[in-house]
Formats: sequence, structure tokens, C-alpha cells
Amino acid sequence: MESVGLNAYLFVGAVLFVCGIVCMAIKRNGIGVLMGVELVLNSANLNFVAFARYTPLGLDGQVIALFVIVLAAAEAAVALAIALNFYNNHLTIDVDRGSELQG
Amino acid sequence: MTADVLFWLFAALVCGGALGVVVTQNIVRMAFWLILSLGSVSALFFLLGADFLGAAQLLIYVGGTVVLLVFGVMLTASGPYMQIKTSAADGLLGACVGGLLFLVLVSSISGMDWSQLHTTNTTPSVIAERPEGNTLRPLGLAFLGLRPDRPVTEGSEVKPAPGYLLPFEIVSVHLLVVLVGAAYLARAKRRANPSNDSLSA
Amino acid sequence: MNGLFAATSISEFLSGLKLPFAGSLSPLWVLLIAALIHAVILINIFAILPLFYIWLERKVAGRIQDRLGPTRVGGKFGWLQTLADGIKLIQKEDLAPGAADRWIFRIAPYLAVIASFAAFIVLPFSDGWVAVSLDVGVFVILALMSLEVLGIIFAGYSSGSKWALFGAMREAAQMVSYEIPMALCALVPLVIAGTLNFGEIGRMQAGLMHNWLIFHDPFTFIAFFTYFVTATASVKRAPFDLAEAESELVAGFHTEYSGLRWSFFFMAEYASMFAVSGIAVLLFLGGWHTGIDLEASMAGFRGWMPDFLVPGFTLGNYLVNLFGAKVFVLKACALVFVQIWVRWTLPRLRIDQVMTTCLKYLVPISCVLFLGAILWPLLLASTLKRTTILENAPPLGRVIVGDAAAVRPLPTGMASSPQQEAAE
Repeated sequence: MESVGLNAYLFVGAVLFVCGIVCMAIKRNGIGVLMGVELVLNSANLNFVAFARYTPLGLDGQVIALFVIVLAAAEAAVALAIALNFYNNHLTIDVDRGSELQG
Repeated sequence: MTADVLFWLFAALVCGGALGVVVTQNIVRMAFWLILSLGSVSALFFLLGADFLGAAQLLIYVGGTVVLLVFGVMLTASGPYMQIKTSAADGLLGACVGGLLFLVLVSSISGMDWSQLHTTNTTPSVIAERPEGNTLRPLGLAFLGLRPDRPVTEGSEVKPAPGYLLPFEIVSVHLLVVLVGAAYLARAKRRANPSNDSLSA
Repeated sequence: MNGLFAATSISEFLSGLKLPFAGSLSPLWVLLIAALIHAVILINIFAILPLFYIWLERKVAGRIQDRLGPTRVGGKFGWLQTLADGIKLIQKEDLAPGAADRWIFRIAPYLAVIASFAAFIVLPFSDGWVAVSLDVGVFVILALMSLEVLGIIFAGYSSGSKWALFGAMREAAQMVSYEIPMALCALVPLVIAGTLNFGEIGRMQAGLMHNWLIFHDPFTFIAFFTYFVTATASVKRAPFDLAEAESELVAGFHTEYSGLRWSFFFMAEYASMFAVSGIAVLLFLGGWHTGIDLEASMAGFRGWMPDFLVPGFTLGNYLVNLFGAKVFVLKACALVFVQIWVRWTLPRLRIDQVMTTCLKYLVPISCVLFLGAILWPLLLASTLKRTTILENAPPLGRVIVGDAAAVRPLPTGMASSPQQEAAE
């Protein structure tokens, strides 16, 4: 049995997750926020695959991870289209400027 | 031994890339760090014996999604090397909240005894039986709705467990809808053309 | 051990090797040395192929344009012209323009080269001669080759020049679009082979030429040519080299590059040409088999000098495999020659024509081919009661369920491939 176990992978996933959350929170560039979302989804994927390897979750973990990858690609496509529309309307991609609907 | 060294190498790359994404202000450099991070995640997938997932991660994430993001960067840049800076207060607050969240995650991960999972459920795992990581066939069968690796006893008869055929179909239809929707959203609008405006007015 | 460093045959050889002073090697050392040998061999192939191809390109271009091409360096045929060019490029100053984002500008060529080189890891040169034999080899190689576009986008964007940016945008749009028909066309023979492992696909095509997957049915035959067109486009060769269209964009994405970094882009391009040709050879053109069944006549030779140095290692077998590797490289070089020939014969398309060709023609064509390749065995099974056109030909492909069926025999209708059904 190798010394690197489930916990090590979960820690890497935790770092990815926190980085993604912080990235989503502090970036003002819309594309930067999207990158944060990608990091969070990847941390979830890493956890799924680690559980698939080290616990009896087995293949299901990998299947779910594949679904996540596919949905993330779809999400990126739609989000990018939205970002382009945002840019068309505001001539910037700074998400702080999208405050027209504020009460 | 070698697997350990490779794990630590790629884990460091994953974490370093993710930190780079957070810290960097230049959006294209952020994309570079993102590639580093996601590519190393795919290497970790290979180490975890998920060959197909690792390749899918490379093809879809690194080769597809990130290219899309860089496209977005280029199409939305209002000047060369556009930088939209995060204010120092925002960054500090984000770092504090992120640090606390990380501590919560670490304490909960290390407080959990995962080995219980091994004993409560004795179903053999495909992955455990195949350290080589050839999960291609089982994955394909699972998507076709067949799980020969997970026999379910139903009365006297042993049946393969149901797979993921319906989610697979739903996801494929979803992808088609997204394709059409994204193309519709991002289509070129001729709003800026004044002659068009006067015509419609 | 993990599939990531399965340098199988060489590590088996090393682990069997008895050193005169230290006995047999420990598994860790075997792994490291085997990995090192693979890396050295692949890096050499990766470096020498572009040298040869650039010379070939100049020579072919010269002949097509009724010139001689390089004649001076290294004798009558200018063999060493590329080497001289390389030495010149190394000596050149490594410039970065003032408007460039220097850090990314410097890193981008390495990204392109790494992506292009990584494809060679899963490309088998002969029976078992592969650095990493993966069950998802074809998928991995397509994934790795799709990464080259990132280096090019970064190069174009960070150059701080509009020509470079235009080139990079064109390149990104083109490569991302052409990936779709390329993968679909690669799927057509894979559907028949029933595996993504290059080694198994290669072994399947042993014997006479009609066993090659290109001659399996009409769809694979057309798929080969469609694949070749999309592959030419995806390695940005003329007539699809819009990313570096000299007449419009100076030199496209590498306008601002000089010296060694510039040559890295070219190494990546020529190595990718070999890689896509190698994929075509493995998937359609019989891999390392000659197609005239020389292998059968050499079968007796395989047993020559058994237990050479190491028990289980046969020198004859090794030499036969070496012959196979030569056949493979020759076939791939022939395809690269066709790419060069096309480049110097056809005029360049416009960028909108390139995109139209892909999205309006190649994608539908490859979809139809894919559908046809799936339906073909069913059609044959229902009309001729066999799955190949020729009588007595062994059915290709392997059982879909494989070892998973060992858990429990599944209902035949669901579990068996069309080939199996026909056999029943």
C-alpha cells in the first residue's frame, strides 16, 4: 500500500476548492469569476475520483466526474455567451459595473 | 514510491496553479495558471487509475473550456493586457475568509475516519480490482445502462445494477440545447450599425 | 504499477537482466532506467523527424517549382541544410518585443512543443514498442494534440502585435473546429476495432492488405480521406495555414518570434505532422504491417537466438519488430510527403472558406460516416449473414463486454456485439 492515501487527495481538493471560492469572490473580471467556477468544479471532480479509487464507491465516482466535466463545458459555453453580451452592453467585463438592476 | 513522488509533484502543481489563478491580476496569465492547475489535475486522475477521465479532462477542460475562456478574454478586452484590479481590502477579506474555509475543510477531512467506508460496504470495487486503471469498458457499459461490476440480488436472480443510460441521454440533449442556446446568445448583433437603427426607427 | 509509467517491454528486459557485478536491478531502478530510455529515444525521434521533414519540404518544394532546393550543405543533396539552419537559429538573438507580455511570450513556445511531444508517448512504433500502452490511447493522443493550440494562442496574444493576434484567433477557431470532424473520423475505424488501444488496433490489421481497416467497408475508406484532410487542417498545413498566412498576416502568430523559440514552433508543427500521420497509419493503414504478409514469412525468424542476454528476450523477435517500426515510420513519412506535396500544389483558402469547409461540409460528412460505420455490420449481418464482405475473413473487433461478463452472463441481445450475433 502506498503512503499517499485518500486524505492527501482530499487536501489537494480542499486547496483547489478554497482557491476557486476566493477567486469567484474577489475577481472583478467576469472571465476570472468563470475560472474560479472551473477550479471549484475540478476540486469536486478530484474528490469524486479519489473516493472512486479508495472507497467502494467504485465506478460511480468516475461516472459522476464525467458528468461534471460535460456539464462544466456546457456551463462555460453559456457563461461565455453571457459574458460577451455583458461586454456588448457595458463595454467592459467588470462585473461590478453590472449593477443596473440594483434597487 | 515513484507514485508518491509523482503525486507530490502534481499536487504541488495543482495547488500552485490554483494559487496563481487567485493571486494574478492579468487575465491571460490567470488562464496560464488555470491550464497548469487543470492539467495537473488530469495527471492526478491518471495516478488515481482513471485513464479515461484524465484524457477527458485534458480534451474537454484544458483543450476546450480553457481555450473558450481565452477566446472570451480576447473578445472582451478593451485594451492590450487589460487588468481589472482587485482592491487590497477585497483581496484581504477574500484571503481571510478563504483561509478560514480552508481550516474548516482541513479539520473536517482529518477528523473523519474514511477507513470505516471500507468495512461497512463489502461490494467489490472495479477500481480496486484493476490497479492498472483500465476503466474504459466499465465506464462505457455504465453509460449504456449496464453495470456488470455491481450485481444486485433480486430474489434468487442476480442482475447487473442499472447504469446511467437516462442521465447520459439527458446530458446529451442538454449539450445540444446549450450549443444552440450559446450560439443564439453570442450571435453577432448589428445594433451598432446606425443605418439599421434609422431603418427600424 | 500505474499505467502512467508502464514502460513495459524495456522494463521487463531490464528486470530480467543480470548485471555481472550487482545482480538484478531493483524494481525502482528498472522503472527509472526504462523511463529514461523511452524519454531519450522519443526526444531523439522528436528532434530528428523535423530535421528530416524540413529538408524534405525544401527539396519537394524545389522540385515542384522546378528548382533544385538545397544542394550544398552536406554533399550533393543538401542533407545537412536543416542542421545548419538550426545552428544559425540557436545563434540568433532571443528577442521579445517591447509591447509583449514577456513572461507568457517566453513560455508559449514551450507549451506548444510539450503538447506536440506528449503525443509521442502513446504512439506505438511497432508491436509493443510504445512508451505507455494505454487502453484509452487514441483518446489520449487526440486530447494531447488538442493542447498545442494553447501555446499558439498565448504566443499570438502575448506578442503585442495585431498580426500575431489575428493569426492566433484564426488558429484557435480553426483548430477547435477541426477537432470535431477529426475525432469523428477517428471514431469510424474504432467502432470496427472495438478498442481504443493502439497496440490492439495495430495487431488486428496483420496479414494481407484487405485486413487494413481502410478497406474494411466503404465508410472507413472515405473516413481515411476525410481524416487526412482534417488532420492536415489541424496541424495548420496549407491549404489551411491561415494562422501564418504570409500574404495577409506577415507570419501570423510567430511574427514576433526569433531564434530558438521560433524554431520550437516549427519543431512542434513538423512533429505534429508525423503524429497525425502516425495515427492515420495505425487506424487505417495497417500500422506496422507491410500489407503483403511479409510478417508470416518472417514468423520463423522470430525464434532466432532465444534467451539473448535475458530469458524470454528473443533477438529475432526484436529484429522483426524493428522491421515493423521501419515500415510504420516509412508509411507515416509517405503521408507527410503527401501533406508537403499538397502544400506546394494547392493555393491557400480564405479563413471563412476554411471554417465553412469544416462546419458545413466536414462535420456532416463525418457524422454520416460514423452512422454508416455503425450500421454497416448490421446491414451485412442481416443480408450476407457475416460481418465482412470477403468470405472466410476473420471477424475484427473484440467482445464488447470482455471480462465484465465474467460476473454474470448477460442477455445476449444486449451484451454481444453485432459481430457476435452474426457468428451465432
